[in-house]
Amino acid sequence: MFSGFNVFRVGISFVIMCIFYMPTVNSLPELSPQKYFSTLQPGKASLAYFCQADSPRTSVFLEELNEAVRPLQDYGISVAKVNCVKEEISRYCGKEKDLMKAYLFKGNILLREFPTDTLFDVNAIVAHVLFALLFNEVKYITNLEDLQNIENALKGKANIIFSYVRAIGIPEHRAVMEAAFVYGTTYQFVLTTEIALLESIGSEDVEYAHLYFFHCKLVLDLTQQCRRTLMEQPLTTLNIHLFIKTMKASLLTEVAEDPQQVSTVHLQLGLPLVFIVSQQATYEADRRTAEWVAWRLLGKAGVLLLLRDSLEVNIPQDANVVFKRAEEGVPVEFLVLHDVDLIISHVENNMHIEEIQEDEDNDMEGPDIDVQDDEVAETVFRDRKRKLPLELTVELTEETFNATVMASDSIVLFYAGWQAVSMAFLQSYIDVAVKLKGTSTMLLTRINCADWSDVCTKQNVTEFPIVKMYKKGENPVSYAGMLGTEDLLKFIQLNRISYPVNIISIQEAEEYLSGELYKDLISYSSVSVLGLFSPTMKTAKEDFSEAGNYLKGYVITGIYSEEDVLLLSTKYAASLPALLLARHTEGKIESVPLASTHAQDIVQIITDALLEMFPEITVENLPSYFRLQKPLLILFSDGTVNPQYKKAILTLVKQKYLDSFTPCWLNLKNTPVGRGILRAYFDPLPPLPLLVLVNLHSGGQVFAFPSDQAIIEENLVLWLKKLEAGLENHITILPAQEWKPPLPAYDFLSMIDAATSHRGTRKVPKCMKETDVQENDKEQHEDKSAVRKEPIETLRIKHWNRKSDGITLEEDSE
Amino acid sequence: MGLSAAAPLWGPPGLLLAIALHPALSVPPRRDYCVLGAGPAGLQMAYFLQRAGRDYAVFERAPRPGSFFTRYPRHRKLISINKRYTGKANAEFNLRHDWNSLLSHDPRLLFRHYSRAYFPDARDMVRYLGDFADTLGLRVQYNTTIAHVTLDKDRQAWNGHYFILTDQKGQVHQCSVLLVATGLSVPNQVDFPGSEYAEGYESVSVDPEDFVGQNVLILGRGNSAFETAENILGVTNFIHMLSRSRVRLSWATHYVGDLRAINNGLLDTYQLKSLDGLLESDLMDLAILKDSKGKFHVTPKFFLEEASTNQSADSITLPQDDNDNFAMRVPYDRVIRCLGWNFDFSIFNKSLRLNSGNAFGKKYPLIRASYESKGSRGLFILGTASHSVDYRKSAGGFIHGFRYTVRAVHRLLEHRHHSVTWPATKLPITQLTSSIVRRVNEASGLYQMFGVLADVILLKENSTAFEYLEEFPIQMLAQLETLTGRKAKHGLFVINMEYGRNFSGPDKDVFFDDRSVGHTEDAWQSNFLHPVIYYYRYLPTEQEVRFRPAHWPLPRPTAIHHIVEDFLTDWTAPIGHILPLRRFLENCLDTDLRSFYAESCFLFTLTCQKLPPFCQQGYLRMQGLVSTESLRQHRVESRLLQDYAPTGRRLEDSSQQLGDQEPLGSPLAPGPLAQSVDSNKEEL
Repeated sequence: MFSGFNVFRVGISFVIMCIFYMPTVNSLPELSPQKYFSTLQPGKASLAYFCQADSPRTSVFLEELNEAVRPLQDYGISVAKVNCVKEEISRYCGKEKDLMKAYLFKGNILLREFPTDTLFDVNAIVAHVLFALLFNEVKYITNLEDLQNIENALKGKANIIFSYVRAIGIPEHRAVMEAAFVYGTTYQFVLTTEIALLESIGSEDVEYAHLYFFHCKLVLDLTQQCRRTLMEQPLTTLNIHLFIKTMKASLLTEVAEDPQQVSTVHLQLGLPLVFIVSQQATYEADRRTAEWVAWRLLGKAGVLLLLRDSLEVNIPQDANVVFKRAEEGVPVEFLVLHDVDLIISHVENNMHIEEIQEDEDNDMEGPDIDVQDDEVAETVFRDRKRKLPLELTVELTEETFNATVMASDSIVLFYAGWQAVSMAFLQSYIDVAVKLKGTSTMLLTRINCADWSDVCTKQNVTEFPIVKMYKKGENPVSYAGMLGTEDLLKFIQLNRISYPVNIISIQEAEEYLSGELYKDLISYSSVSVLGLFSPTMKTAKEDFSEAGNYLKGYVITGIYSEEDVLLLSTKYAASLPALLLARHTEGKIESVPLASTHAQDIVQIITDALLEMFPEITVENLPSYFRLQKPLLILFSDGTVNPQYKKAILTLVKQKYLDSFTPCWLNLKNTPVGRGILRAYFDPLPPLPLLVLVNLHSGGQVFAFPSDQAIIEENLVLWLKKLEAGLENHITILPAQEWKPPLPAYDFLSMIDAATSHRGTRKVPKCMKETDVQENDKEQHEDKSAVRKEPIETLRIKHWNRKSDGITLEEDSE
Repeated sequence: MGLSAAAPLWGPPGLLLAIALHPALSVPPRRDYCVLGAGPAGLQMAYFLQRAGRDYAVFERAPRPGSFFTRYPRHRKLISINKRYTGKANAEFNLRHDWNSLLSHDPRLLFRHYSRAYFPDARDMVRYLGDFADTLGLRVQYNTTIAHVTLDKDRQAWNGHYFILTDQKGQVHQCSVLLVATGLSVPNQVDFPGSEYAEGYESVSVDPEDFVGQNVLILGRGNSAFETAENILGVTNFIHMLSRSRVRLSWATHYVGDLRAINNGLLDTYQLKSLDGLLESDLMDLAILKDSKGKFHVTPKFFLEEASTNQSADSITLPQDDNDNFAMRVPYDRVIRCLGWNFDFSIFNKSLRLNSGNAFGKKYPLIRASYESKGSRGLFILGTASHSVDYRKSAGGFIHGFRYTVRAVHRLLEHRHHSVTWPATKLPITQLTSSIVRRVNEASGLYQMFGVLADVILLKENSTAFEYLEEFPIQMLAQLETLTGRKAKHGLFVINMEYGRNFSGPDKDVFFDDRSVGHTEDAWQSNFLHPVIYYYRYLPTEQEVRFRPAHWPLPRPTAIHHIVEDFLTDWTAPIGHILPLRRFLENCLDTDLRSFYAESCFLFTLTCQKLPPFCQQGYLRMQGLVSTESLRQHRVESRLLQDYAPTGRRLEDSSQQLGDQEPLGSPLAPGPLAQSVDSNKEEL
């Protein structure tokens, strides 16, 4: 907002600078030729349109010309319409009506003549006229050689502003000419309309207008090229002006004062400041870094070298960069950035936020801060009228809570009726009740903490939603899984038995491992864990039991420690104590040795064991794999993964090629949101399947396996090697921005300030006599209608502790 | 009452000296906490001390608790409402409308079980207080009149001195902390010529028969004056009411100590020309003269000075002799004084430096906003006598207010002497909006003690979590860290309840058109009690609190938010209340506090390097919120919401591949993704 204001201010001064000596006449004067030529003054430019007296009084061209009067006047150029009457024959009066032309004079010298069709609109008129007048200041070139010649000629002397516009007379051309009018004596302007020329100096996106600043003045060695800075904003007069201002500002300034107090032209132009913190010991290196940063940030931010040693204020010891936003009153940020690129990206990211906010301010149709942008709140609100089968769960109150959870094994959902997340989850909870209807021994209950606040507090529930399981003789257990139907259902089902299951015979153990024993439960837990202990291993057994109990509801655990345990350990080649992991889907049983580990480690071993080698990644399981902190190697597949690909990747896994990655695949049919991910990675989207490496934890680069190559081991190995060697280019980098407030909030503080300052100007006597008050009351009544329009409240202006003074032995009413 | 009788029992000064010289010989019983008075405030403090397991004793001169209520109010009707029904089950919320109960964990000890009357009888209050003390087993020493309190310096003592209490039997009690809850017990008397002719509220007859056909003058304009008038309104010839300032109607001032509608019958008859009337004058400028018939005449004092010898109404010039339409020219049969009460300073030795305040606070002892005496450390004033802190502003002089300030004092003491930090709930930042919404909708302490007690949210580093402290005395904000033992290094929010800044006052028209505010953007102009949230980047200093802008309850904050007033005081509307609050919090913390379904978090995890707090603290910890089918439907239908991909890529590409494109720049596009458009452009 502040920067926007500054820009505006600068713009105004720019215009004022140009027009202060100009007369201000707005309408197009109509003169006879004789009269016209008598008005011409030496050295002053004038544009005249000669037309037949009997020609129509209005035409498109005349309208445009009329509009050009004012801007041209700003540049000291007068404009006139000259009526060619029969009595005064002038050579400028054409012979035919449609061959009328406009002429540009300087003094009484004709500079140029313009056919009216080249002056197609006001931009074209201004652009052409200035172009003609600034013939020396703006060099028009058509090939690279011309450019190089100019460049060489000016090295060590002056800087160049080189611009490309698609055509003469378009708004961008006008903008360049207007800038040249002001800066033409300081810089050499060079203009081209040749795309080839633009391409040859290495520009991209050649369909747009470009403007470069060539830093030639600094170049002393003629063989050296001039540095170039591209202006990234659209070519408008104001933008060019701001751009040139920043180019003019010194590249690098050394300061030794409080960064909060430092101000440079950049701040006035709405650009942030970057301070590179330096100390004596590293001064030379710091200065080089700062210069390098300054060149990279030229036109985007001001760069300063902050000398820490001679600084009086304290800055954090580890901070090496200080960032100061252009907005007033925002405290400076102290940053620790160890990479020049990080500094650049910090500045760029923060500039963007600014821009976006500006857009929001200016754009009347932009997002409304009163519109819901929380997807959970919005969907819950939209769904509020749908009747849920709430009767499937028991609603608890303060009176019934204790009796209910004591009387039967219960699940309690603690929620708040006004909280969107609670209400969204309540739907899943009811779905669980629907699925369990009539089959479960577990009582599904819920309590609205908006009503029964005390009960929830007593149960240690301070946030919502929370699910707890109350079982007879056990401490209540908080559910810690996904807030969704499937995971909660799994939790409830798996909690039908207690953990770990005590297995008492070899035969039962085999049934347990084969999945026979809990046939109806293994669909909820793909792995069954069996701890094998000899009867004497007391602490190990206790630790395992603790781990099993901790994992209850998430995975099936059992314990076997009969005398004949050796039979099992021998069969599965496990030395005691050990874990047997039965993977039911694959029909495999693995053993894991369990040497002197604590419950916590056992939990970790089991959780790790639940992970697959090449899993289908889903919304539900991503967090478990994400925890591993490795880059994800994801195969996006439209449907089930091709067994060939799967085999290839599994082979690589076995050959240890993929140890530093988490290989997985994503089924777009099961996880349609995967399309959104692909859209963020690819543009355009190549055909599926696609193999992608996402470096989520460091850097955010995304690499794509070439889609023209077959997904076979050899190609994969080659690709991985190239990746490792840094020979592959990333296709995109995931944005690293912080999550900022999506929209601004109401600024009540400013509104209050505005009202107070307004009120301050109205002088209200502190003590009023009775009659004054009555008069004032009348005023107040009149004011009331205006309240909504004018937020400044002046209604209640009396001081409520006002004491009546003096003796008034009279009745109130008089 | 017991004071003059007890003074001789206190014994010669030599005895005290002996005790002081030989402490080893007779060590007086020492208590950590002594509470003076078993009224509502004393019992409330006793309850908290008992629950905390502290060493304490309450001293009460009467044989039962609440002796004030055995006599007052004279006409036995309490004007504190006993609202038994609110249509809500929330016990905390219901305390907002229960002005008589004390705080306890026992739901049986709610006043609604003691009276069915909306304006209950004072006897029920006596019964209630008795039950409260008995049921909870509070340690009260009845029939113990503390006649004298003095200080005994001792370096070992918690506060550098002990409070020495001497009762009517000469028994001495030594206390580390003294909590004075003796209320205002001395009737306020104004000294002017003829003041002796006035009968006091405390002793005047309450039988209307005694006033039949009389002209009555009542001095004072508080609830006791109006209550007295109400009782005899129907049988007198007329009642004139005289006081210094104009009548203050509680519905206009929003202060429950001002004239309540239940007592305002006389206003009605005055304005309807039924002979009764109100007059304004300072009593100090008046004189009452008795004539030979025993009737009373009112005259300005200076008339008296002119004829100083004979002070009979028959002999001196009265105003009506010159000014024959003087309002008070009729003689009165009775003059009744109803001028309120003062704190009893007499038992406190000078060394305690317990002084009265000035102006408004003359009847109250001078205390800090922490309720601690300005004169001696460790001496706290509780209950009605502590009302100087919020006189004519909030409810601190009444049960429904001081029950909370007593709790606050107890929490301060727990930290000061027992290293128990102020209770707080630590929660992740994702719960910030909810925890505020919860409190503003149910908290009774904030609601009753608006402007005095406020909730404080202390942010943790990087604003990933916060601590929620309830009902802190906000005038002590600068000292929060030392008083609570909590750290406020990373910014804080204060949640206060406020009326509109210019809404309340004795002469305000509180029924004007447009008094209610409905638009969220006008929330700062809300008139009725509504929540206001202050954000400070740093804890304000003492200077900042003291020299805050006029009419501000707190120093100028970094940012402020008003939750728009609500007719039902139900601040749970998703768009009207919660959304603007969330935006405010987001902008203070510079983060995104929206909630997201697991699917969105999944998308963000794989397409952004950073995640919003809700995904970070929920989804990534495997506690994501899974959307049901019907909610998913709404998500797609709403169109405002991203279906799958809020990407910044060019639309045509995506629509070729997939049919579910979203409008670009949708307001729901998460920040980073929307920004990625630009960062791509950046790369040249």
